[in-house]
Amino acid sequence: MTIGLLTIVTFLPAAAALLLLLVPRREETVLRVGALLATVATFALSVPLYVRFDARMADYQFVEYARWMPNLGVGYHVGIDGISLLLVLLTTLITPVALASAWRAIDDRVKEFVVTLLVLETGMVGVFVSLDLFLFYVFWEAMLIPMYFIIGVWGGGRRIYAAVKFVLYTMVGSVLMLVAILALYYQHGAATGLHTFDLPTVARWVMPPGTSQTLMFLAFALAFAIKVPMFPFHTWLPDAHVEAPTAGSVILAGVLLKMGTYGFLRFCLPLFPDASLAFGPLVFTLSIIGVVYGAWVSTVQPDLKKLVAYSSVSHLGFVMLGLFTLTSQGLVGAILQMVSHGLSTGALFLLVGMIYERRHTRMIADFGGLWAVIPAFSAVFMIAVLSSVGLPGLNGFVGEFLILVGAFQVNRTLAALATTGIIFAAVYLLWMYQRVIFGEVTHAENRDLRDLTPREWALMVPILLFIVWIGVYPVAFTSKMEASVDALIAQVQSKASVAFSR
Amino acid sequence: MSTLWLIPALPLAGALINMVFGRLIGHRAHWIAVPALAGSFLASCSVFAAVSGGGSFTSTAFRWIVAGDFEAAVTAHVDPLTGVMLLVVTGVGTLIHLYSVGYMHHDPGYARFFAYLNLFVFSMTMLVLAGNFLLLYVFWEAVGLCSYLLIGFWYTRTSAADAGKKAFIVNRVGDFGFGLGVMWLWTALGTLDYAGVFAGAETLPQATATGIALLLFMGACGKSAQLPLHVWLPDAMEGPTPVSALIHAATMVTAGVYMVARSHVLFERSGVALDVVAWVGTATALFAATVGLMQTDIKRVLAYSTVSQLGYMFAAVGLGAYAAGIFHLVTHAFFKALLFLGAGSVIHGLSGEQDLRKMGGLAPRMVITTITMTIGAAGLAGVPGLAGFFSKDEILHAAFTNHRRLLWALLLVGAFMTAFYTFRLLFLTFFGEPRMSKEVAHHIHESPPSMTLPLLVLAILTVVAGWAVGIPSDQGTRFARFLAPVFPPAEGGHDGVAGIMLVILSVVVVAAGVVLAWYMHMTTPVRPETIGQPRTPLHALLLNAWYVDRLYDRVLVRPFFAVYAFCARFDLRVIDGLVNLTGRLVQMWSFGSRRVQTGYVVNYALTMLAGAVMLVGFLLAR
Repeated sequence: MTIGLLTIVTFLPAAAALLLLLVPRREETVLRVGALLATVATFALSVPLYVRFDARMADYQFVEYARWMPNLGVGYHVGIDGISLLLVLLTTLITPVALASAWRAIDDRVKEFVVTLLVLETGMVGVFVSLDLFLFYVFWEAMLIPMYFIIGVWGGGRRIYAAVKFVLYTMVGSVLMLVAILALYYQHGAATGLHTFDLPTVARWVMPPGTSQTLMFLAFALAFAIKVPMFPFHTWLPDAHVEAPTAGSVILAGVLLKMGTYGFLRFCLPLFPDASLAFGPLVFTLSIIGVVYGAWVSTVQPDLKKLVAYSSVSHLGFVMLGLFTLTSQGLVGAILQMVSHGLSTGALFLLVGMIYERRHTRMIADFGGLWAVIPAFSAVFMIAVLSSVGLPGLNGFVGEFLILVGAFQVNRTLAALATTGIIFAAVYLLWMYQRVIFGEVTHAENRDLRDLTPREWALMVPILLFIVWIGVYPVAFTSKMEASVDALIAQVQSKASVAFSR
Repeated sequence: MSTLWLIPALPLAGALINMVFGRLIGHRAHWIAVPALAGSFLASCSVFAAVSGGGSFTSTAFRWIVAGDFEAAVTAHVDPLTGVMLLVVTGVGTLIHLYSVGYMHHDPGYARFFAYLNLFVFSMTMLVLAGNFLLLYVFWEAVGLCSYLLIGFWYTRTSAADAGKKAFIVNRVGDFGFGLGVMWLWTALGTLDYAGVFAGAETLPQATATGIALLLFMGACGKSAQLPLHVWLPDAMEGPTPVSALIHAATMVTAGVYMVARSHVLFERSGVALDVVAWVGTATALFAATVGLMQTDIKRVLAYSTVSQLGYMFAAVGLGAYAAGIFHLVTHAFFKALLFLGAGSVIHGLSGEQDLRKMGGLAPRMVITTITMTIGAAGLAGVPGLAGFFSKDEILHAAFTNHRRLLWALLLVGAFMTAFYTFRLLFLTFFGEPRMSKEVAHHIHESPPSMTLPLLVLAILTVVAGWAVGIPSDQGTRFARFLAPVFPPAEGGHDGVAGIMLVILSVVVVAAGVVLAWYMHMTTPVRPETIGQPRTPLHALLLNAWYVDRLYDRVLVRPFFAVYAFCARFDLRVIDGLVNLTGRLVQMWSFGSRRVQTGYVVNYALTMLAGAVMLVGFLLAR
């Protein structure tokens, strides 16, 4: 078997990590540059995935298959479709940015840090490309460990508490998911005589509706809901974000949260269509509570990172809403919103990290009047804030609007309630921005801060580029997902025992 | 047609250049911004000429958002209405850019100012060019962003930053409705293109049409500062005066009127929605006029006047007199921009003073400003022969001939108040005894030519616009005939005795307002301590703009913040508390069960024995 592009993209970071293990730990620059080169190369290699991806095909592309544990029905099966393509690209874009953001911020155990981050990247890409339930679970768990270390080793004052909470909370969900994976394996085996973890094979099987489907759905859904995080399973997120170093927060918000929503999309909807439809109203309700409640709690946070963390709860509420509308608009919007959220929230965390490095505080009250001191920073910060507010012309708007169009077709009241989120988003983000950036300089320490450095510009420019690109010309991205999204909806429609039409 | 895209592209390019290279360009920013606008104006003229015969065309740049059967493109739709709006936006825009060269000369944020101003014109031209509702919505929000940036331009002032945020959030409340309206429109008709929507509007059930139209109108109430979302506009005066003239008087705030007129087919399908528009407009016209009577800040008088005049425009479109509404929009753009720029010239001459109580007697020292502003005031008040007279009369006439006598009477009362507060402002500013300090009086000067030239041009427009296109005839005004391809001609000509009587009546009302203002402020010396003092509860009510802001603060802002704070505590104590409690219970259980592992062999042996006994017992009992 030849090694395909997807495998290279997935394992290049881990391979680089192995190589870097041989570098002596005092060679910090070599380690940093090496890791950066590896992640940039990974991104460069993932670009052909986008270019060569055939948008007309709904099927998995760049598929690779190798026998792994044939007698257990486990195979190394990877591939991407229109749903995972952008998430893979998001991952390979965010990782070098996160790494570069830690250039100065992390000066302790640099070797361990870059190796951990590289291993994490392999885990994240692996989750998005796996087409085998067993393989997926391996990556899913594998990715937990590096994140645990990133929070627990390089985090803030309460890092141990936050890291343990993060891992235990996720584990509770994923253990149940493991049970459900095994149950699915045996049920599928019993029904078809074929014992396999192969996702496309299992997904073709129409599972009868009933208790076992409901239980399996719930087990998967809990694992993913915690990861998203959906209200009321979100409280690990503010703690994890506040304690994580900037790079950790960027990855967490940028990529890790998307695994939950991706899981719903890849597993819950196609595997358990009846249960998905049955639990739709509950998911809607929790999503809308998340949208509104996340915004409300966000408004009064005194800590910038907590504010951004709660804003994620609100934004991911939109994504969940879009997914369960099971309309093309809702799904396309949700996938785009996953990417958009990764970019805009990633940008916000980077920017918060930058002023934290300068002032060693993240409290809103410690700032004010920054425009007069660091105008370039303030301007970039404004773009990130507006992107998060969902201003048309920037990325956030397109996804949000499509999600709401999808929701509107399902239920007008729900759509109206969710739409209030755009008002509250303006309230918490603009109020925060005003207190940090506008007004007179109230703290003497803020009087001579340094504006963006070339390295910081280099971090922000790619993200800003995509923020504008997605806002102005989203077709470049949505066109790749349409076929897969329509196929997914058709699959759910044909498999569900109760007919639904949207 | 490629000229078309130059209209937005030039200001956009100007904005980007001044944003990116602002620090290098500094005080030469106008060399980029003003030509960009002038070019945009010329391109608008050429586009206007192309559609002046009544034709229309669309031009699509690219497909923008596509998902399933949802599709929206970046499309321009140009017809006579677009042509008129483009000329107003880029024409008045160019004059105000020119004016800003003088007005903002000493400001350290010079390049930033011009960047924002150009960005605004880009967004506003795109708003009127937009060929579908989604694109309209996009630039609807984009002009809101520019407004936010420009209101808060002097960001170190807390009041300016607050006002900008307030404008954005209140507009978002309106846009919440607008957005839902757009979604509903698509769900109901499967398209957002103007052509498709207006063709399909007839097939909509009336209730649906009403719902959509009212939601869209909610957006208009936000953008055009109508009741109950008017609260942001008076505060928006925190922005530099050219911004008040361009965005908060002449162009952006009229977007709501434009939108309703543009979608008149939808509103007509509903019927009820048109009535709502007419009533909200009339109520706002009266309400804001009453508040304008008492204000002491020159810009606030003009701001409430703008809210009131926008009410007149909505009343017009609500009555089905779309051409009259748009005509008033155009004339208002001239005379209100003129008044704001004149006020800016006064503020400039008085070293930043905005309080009417500290003005007076400026006429001999600022001749051009006085003359032009007098023309503007006469235009606003509706003095016969000036632009406002023609356009306001069209609206009153429409109300009367449509048998909406109550609306007509209320609008007539509003006209009286308008005449009064306008001339009160004029008298207090330019005539009577000077009331400013010696220090300020010493520095009074006429503004530089870059500022007075726009004043002169706008004054000329205020004088000629009515005569040129506003003279009524059997087929309506020339202006209405020009827009006939877009709007069905309004019923009822201007013939007959009734028409003449109406004109005479409105002239009498205006004269009464002017005379009262003259009597109160010119016959006896003004005592500044008596102006703007709440001597009776009624005075206090008007002075505080009917306490609407205070009401919103008590009923909305504070309760909401209480809820936010409650949710934050709830999240920490209850939701996260439960999570941590679960963790602690598991821990306790673990600590508890750890005691079993004592490490004493004797204990283990005894446990094994007990187990063995139980097992044997169980087996025997079976």
